Amino acid sequence: MAAIELRGVVKRFGPIVAVDGLDLDVPEGICLGLLGPNGAGKSTTMRLLTGQALPDAGELRALGHELPSDAKAARAEMGVVPQLDNLDVDVTVEDNLAVFARLYRVPDVAAAVDRSLDLARLRGRRRDAVDELSGGMRRRLLLARGLVHEPRLILLDEPTVGLDPQIRTQLWTLIDDLRSRGTTILMSTHYIEEAERLADEVAVMAGGRIISRGRPAELIARHAGRETAEVYAPPDRLAEARGIAEADGLRVRPAGPAIAIVGSERAGNGSVPDGAVRRAASLEDVFVLLTGEEAE
Amino acid sequence: MSGGKVRLRRLEPAAIGGVMSREAANFRTYWRGTTFSSVLEPIVYLLAFGLGLSATLVDEVAGVPYVQYVGTGMVATAVIFSSALPAMFGTFVKHRFQNTYDAILAAPVDVEELVSAEMLWIGMRASVYGCVPLLVTIAFGLDPAWGMLLTPLFCLATALGFAGFGIAVAAMVAKIDQFNYVTALFVTPLFLVSGAFFPIDELPQGVQILAQLNPLHQLVELVRGGAFGFEAIDLVRFAGLVGFSFVMWRVAVNRMTARLID
Repeated sequence: MAAIELRGVVKRFGPIVAVDGLDLDVPEGICLGLLGPNGAGKSTTMRLLTGQALPDAGELRALGHELPSDAKAARAEMGVVPQLDNLDVDVTVEDNLAVFARLYRVPDVAAAVDRSLDLARLRGRRRDAVDELSGGMRRRLLLARGLVHEPRLILLDEPTVGLDPQIRTQLWTLIDDLRSRGTTILMSTHYIEEAERLADEVAVMAGGRIISRGRPAELIARHAGRETAEVYAPPDRLAEARGIAEADGLRVRPAGPAIAIVGSERAGNGSVPDGAVRRAASLEDVFVLLTGEEAE
Repeated sequence: MSGGKVRLRRLEPAAIGGVMSREAANFRTYWRGTTFSSVLEPIVYLLAFGLGLSATLVDEVAGVPYVQYVGTGMVATAVIFSSALPAMFGTFVKHRFQNTYDAILAAPVDVEELVSAEMLWIGMRASVYGCVPLLVTIAFGLDPAWGMLLTPLFCLATALGFAGFGIAVAAMVAKIDQFNYVTALFVTPLFLVSGAFFPIDELPQGVQILAQLNPLHQLVELVRGGAFGFEAIDLVRFAGLVGFSFVMWRVAVNRMTARLID
């Protein structure tokens, strides 16, 4: 049974179509990365799965529960880690966890709090108010709060957005640990590295629908080939190199101050300038080619 | 999840209790300031209005010493200021600034349970704070009476309604400044024509009729009934307050659902 099944889901906000005929299956036990630029419909999809947004069309099921009619029962078995920090900042770390243990009807609240404190590595800070914690500790607590009832399915909505690299790495270690224990994870992100590192499968989302899906290596092979050549040169030389590569049938994308010629292993003689930096094709190449957005 | 399959119905006590436990955890961080002002304010009012006016202009109203008249009436002002205003501002801040409701609604709690829990918490708190002016008035010479033991119940029935009113208003306004209109147009007139400070039977006929629709006026009459003797009509007054709270509950649930569910 799939943990999540969406069929033809549509969600409109006035004239804006946030989710546009979305089909998505998430098998149990995998981490699926929902990768897309801002406004792709990732957060709306998350809210549809918790019943906090109602679909205009389509069918949704989560953990066997029909949504939105049975959303409350579905939420009892899923954990949600939001994009924004919504902890109670004046309240202690352990009280933040205890409140959510009660909301999730956990029978042994004290044991659940202790387990979550261990997960977040905050046992020594349990009686401190949240606003005394560092940014990294707060994010770990937010994650632990979403796991206080040991859910079968976890929705991570941009779990590391706006965090510095060190804190991001701490979070990735925690998420990786959950994945290795077989918990089903749906993680929205617009960070390529995050999807590449944590997701068993990646679904690239744009314009409210999935435009490609597969294991990262499959997506790279399917859309970007084996190799990408990055060309660094003055703008007029870049324009000339782009024209030659495109005339040879290659796809070219901007890459900061450079251009990236994707699938350069198929290039004919002279299509890739001497001095280009050749590297293995990446998920970033796929993302930019499919969405037209610069990657983060 | 731990604990196996849970039964999920409407208005589950576990969901309502969980939301209230969050309020209690937060309240432990700020109860001192709130309680201090709740105790000090009636003392200041009684000194200013009660002793000040009774020493210069008014000895008694309807056979009751003015200090005791104002003291029993101030129960109503304590109730509205500790229910409608915290409901308005608290709901707005939790929804728009703290994203608290997004977190709660991601758990197995629905909007009806969330609103019910918020109303119950505010109602219970206001029913305690509503008794403070009565206790202060006793300290100022009001004789205790058995009927006063019903004051928390009367305060609860009223405070639930004003909590619902505040939550519904918070769900409808676009900006926090708009609470100024609500306070000026509804809250202040309601407590001024509640009969807390002067009898409404001296007011123009039309205002007297409107005052009968004012839940605070009914609360004032019930509290004075508890202190000086009930009348048969007090049962109708209490039923009216229960009805007011029920209507405000449904309005608050409706408005918050529209606000919180996209």
